[in-house]
Amino acid sequence: MRNPGVSWNRLLADWLATALMALTAIVVIAPLFAILFYLVYQGVGSLNWAFLTHTPAPPGVVGGGMANAIVGSAMILLLASVIGIPLGIGAGVFLSEYGRNRYGNIIRFTADLLNGVPSIVIGMTVYALVVVPQKHFSLFAGSIALAIMMVPTITRSTEQMLLMVPHSIREAAWGLGVQRWRTTVSVVLATARSGIITGIMLAFARVAGETAPLMFTAFGNQYWNFRTNQPTAALPLQIFTYGTSPFDEWHTQAWAGALVLIALIVGSVAAVRVVARKGALKGAA
Amino acid sequence: MGTPVQVQNLSAWFGERQALESITIDVPPNHATAIIGPSGCGKSTFVRCLNRMHETVPGARVEGTVTMGNINVYGNGSSPVEVRRKVGMVFQKPNPFPTMSIYDNVAAGLKLNGIHNRRQLDETVERSLRHAALWDEVKDELKKKSGASLSGGQQQRLCIARALAVEPEVMLMDEPASALDPISTAKIEELIYQLKEHYTIVIVTHNMQQAARVAEFTGFFLMGKLVEFDKTEVIFTKPRDKRTEDYITGRFG
Repeated sequence: MRNPGVSWNRLLADWLATALMALTAIVVIAPLFAILFYLVYQGVGSLNWAFLTHTPAPPGVVGGGMANAIVGSAMILLLASVIGIPLGIGAGVFLSEYGRNRYGNIIRFTADLLNGVPSIVIGMTVYALVVVPQKHFSLFAGSIALAIMMVPTITRSTEQMLLMVPHSIREAAWGLGVQRWRTTVSVVLATARSGIITGIMLAFARVAGETAPLMFTAFGNQYWNFRTNQPTAALPLQIFTYGTSPFDEWHTQAWAGALVLIALIVGSVAAVRVVARKGALKGAA
Repeated sequence: MGTPVQVQNLSAWFGERQALESITIDVPPNHATAIIGPSGCGKSTFVRCLNRMHETVPGARVEGTVTMGNINVYGNGSSPVEVRRKVGMVFQKPNPFPTMSIYDNVAAGLKLNGIHNRRQLDETVERSLRHAALWDEVKDELKKKSGASLSGGQQQRLCIARALAVEPEVMLMDEPASALDPISTAKIEELIYQLKEHYTIVIVTHNMQQAARVAEFTGFFLMGKLVEFDKTEVIFTKPRDKRTEDYITGRFG
């Protein structure tokens, strides 16, 4: 119903603006759905039980799977998270609570620079610093490379989230005679928790698909490996190898691998969200 | 029981700018003392010096002595954390911890200082909420509802309960009702009236009627100085200083 007090011009402008916003939203979302659709279309055919439970078959042999790469990716990402998340959160806390000075600015600048370093350069650096002294490629080296990529993102997002916690909340805790470190840990971090988790998941999802930093570090492996000091298969590496191979059978497996990779990332992000939301209170900000 | 607060030659700075100039005041125990004055006169800074909150601002500095009973607030051996456990503070805007339940908000002061005895916490939470006249409104959803989900007036009473839970001797209130509607304000004022039995209260207020209603003593601050301090009725009926008279009659400020 047209409100008699509102002119046609304003209605038209309102309608146009709404349509324009909707259009931009569609333009942003469309590529994502195109990718997902194409991935399912290409990959779902090769996705079967064997793919999820078997190691790769030799070229020319039908069948085989990426089980070792799926587990390898999971292990690399787990170890990278164990290293990178605490470092990132710690640095973020330092920047927001104690870093309003020159030291803070240096760290902030460094983190932003590190964020812009191409991932292959990080891979090469870890190769020189970890792989060469150890004399072999390893799961550990892959995790280090991914952890280095996670740290600046987590640091900066944690800092931003903590800065959004109103100063009055800190004063409330100090006013109760709570020590400063305790306030930071139990009040400020707790208040910013969901934002910090979002930042961590973004960093996680970003490195989960990285291929370049793993080439010189985790290297890849056609067989199972559960040891941190041995070369390890990883989904992005396997996808790269299979995708650039001359075999049609491998191409479809690469699509299936990509589908599994996306599913793993979406799955872990969703799982963390569900766990994080558990215990949330009615009306909590 | 409340403790007297003795302030001697208290001066405070923000960087180069002096906010308080040599304040000397004896706040009597178990009474409410109102601090009035125009914006920027140093009222808030004054109460924030009493629990060493002022020094948390970068570049801030304090000189002079503050004594509460046997505690020398700025003495060599005293720590801000210890002082703040004896001095409760209620702020202008209600600031409950947003991610904590009502129960956890009240218990925060104890829990974060390492007390985890369930029975003690339960008792303290109930007693503090009753004291703050909030118990009946929230008792059914203590652990389910966030402190931030309450109304503004309820939030402020929650903050008062939170401050009471650590059993302070002195309560500082920095314009505790200025963000609230008249009904909530009336509740807070009634509360202050009851709290006087157990605590020494220092309340900063913009509202002179409020000062007249809740406080036995009133100090008038102007440009960082204490102009006059006396019984509230004296300040409002026959002030000695011309500037006090001008202010309370609304001629400036």
